[in-house]
Amino acid sequence: MNRHTFSRGLVPLSIASVVLLVGGFAMVFLYAPSDADQGFVQKIFYLHVPLAIVALVGFVAGGVYGIRFLRSGDRLHDLRSYVAIHISLILAVGALVTGSIWAKASWGQWWVWEEPTLVSFLIVFLLYACYQPLRFSIEDPDRQARYAAVFAVVGGAFVPLNFMAVRAAESLIHPRVLSTTGGTMPGSMRITFVVALAGMAVMFVTLCKYELTSKHASFQLRALKRRLAGEDDGWVPVRRSAAPQL
Amino acid sequence: MGPALPLGDAGPYVAAAYLVFLALVLVYVAIMAAKLSRIQREIGELAELVERREAERDRHDLDDVTAPAGSGAPR
Repeated sequence: MNRHTFSRGLVPLSIASVVLLVGGFAMVFLYAPSDADQGFVQKIFYLHVPLAIVALVGFVAGGVYGIRFLRSGDRLHDLRSYVAIHISLILAVGALVTGSIWAKASWGQWWVWEEPTLVSFLIVFLLYACYQPLRFSIEDPDRQARYAAVFAVVGGAFVPLNFMAVRAAESLIHPRVLSTTGGTMPGSMRITFVVALAGMAVMFVTLCKYELTSKHASFQLRALKRRLAGEDDGWVPVRRSAAPQL
Repeated sequence: MGPALPLGDAGPYVAAAYLVFLALVLVYVAIMAAKLSRIQREIGELAELVERREAERDRHDLDDVTAPAGSGAPR
């Protein structure tokens, strides 16, 4: 554990995220044409959709690490699962808020309860919003990790099922831009979208690495304190936490 | 869906959406900075503690050296 370096590759990843995101957003305003139907407000699409896609993929990744933890018992997988879900939740907040702004501009309402895409995403978000309180409610670190992994696996399986169910349902107003037939986006819009999506994905990986590095440093520090506390009893108070204990 | 908003009306919505993203990233960076400064402070405390213990150990070693030979040691 102590020899593991989560910070490896962090600098090039950070640079790649900045380049891709700044480049992608520059393409949004300077290269991609305005949508014939929605006009300038469609520019939100290049932010909102990558946020939503990366958040959902991150939730699934959390489930995959949950499976790996249950199979191996390796606490690092529990930590990776926790971090993936944690960052995905932040991105999901972004997707919900930007989607709401777009809805207000396009449909005249901040939220449409009859729209399956919106409500299903909110359900997924609320489901994962329970993840941290669940972890915090379990004091024993072993049980906490096991129960959280089961939650992550079930939630991770729910995400694609939910996605497919929404695709199968007849949407009322939410557009279906990405499809197996290639969608209706012209080439310049598609390239811009791909760059923005890649930027968001790389930023997700970078933030996960930052979080893992920070958590690892905290664990190392706590272990060092514990070693010193062996010589000086009662120096380190035991603190309850939703974060995995290594 | 209504007609497309003119640029003047759509601009604030687009700006708001991108500012929300920027705010999220900045809040995350601020939280990470707070965590980093806490880690740095704790490392400083640990270093201070280790230095204090090393100083105490050195003083004990010095006391052992300067103590009269054979004083209290069992034969």
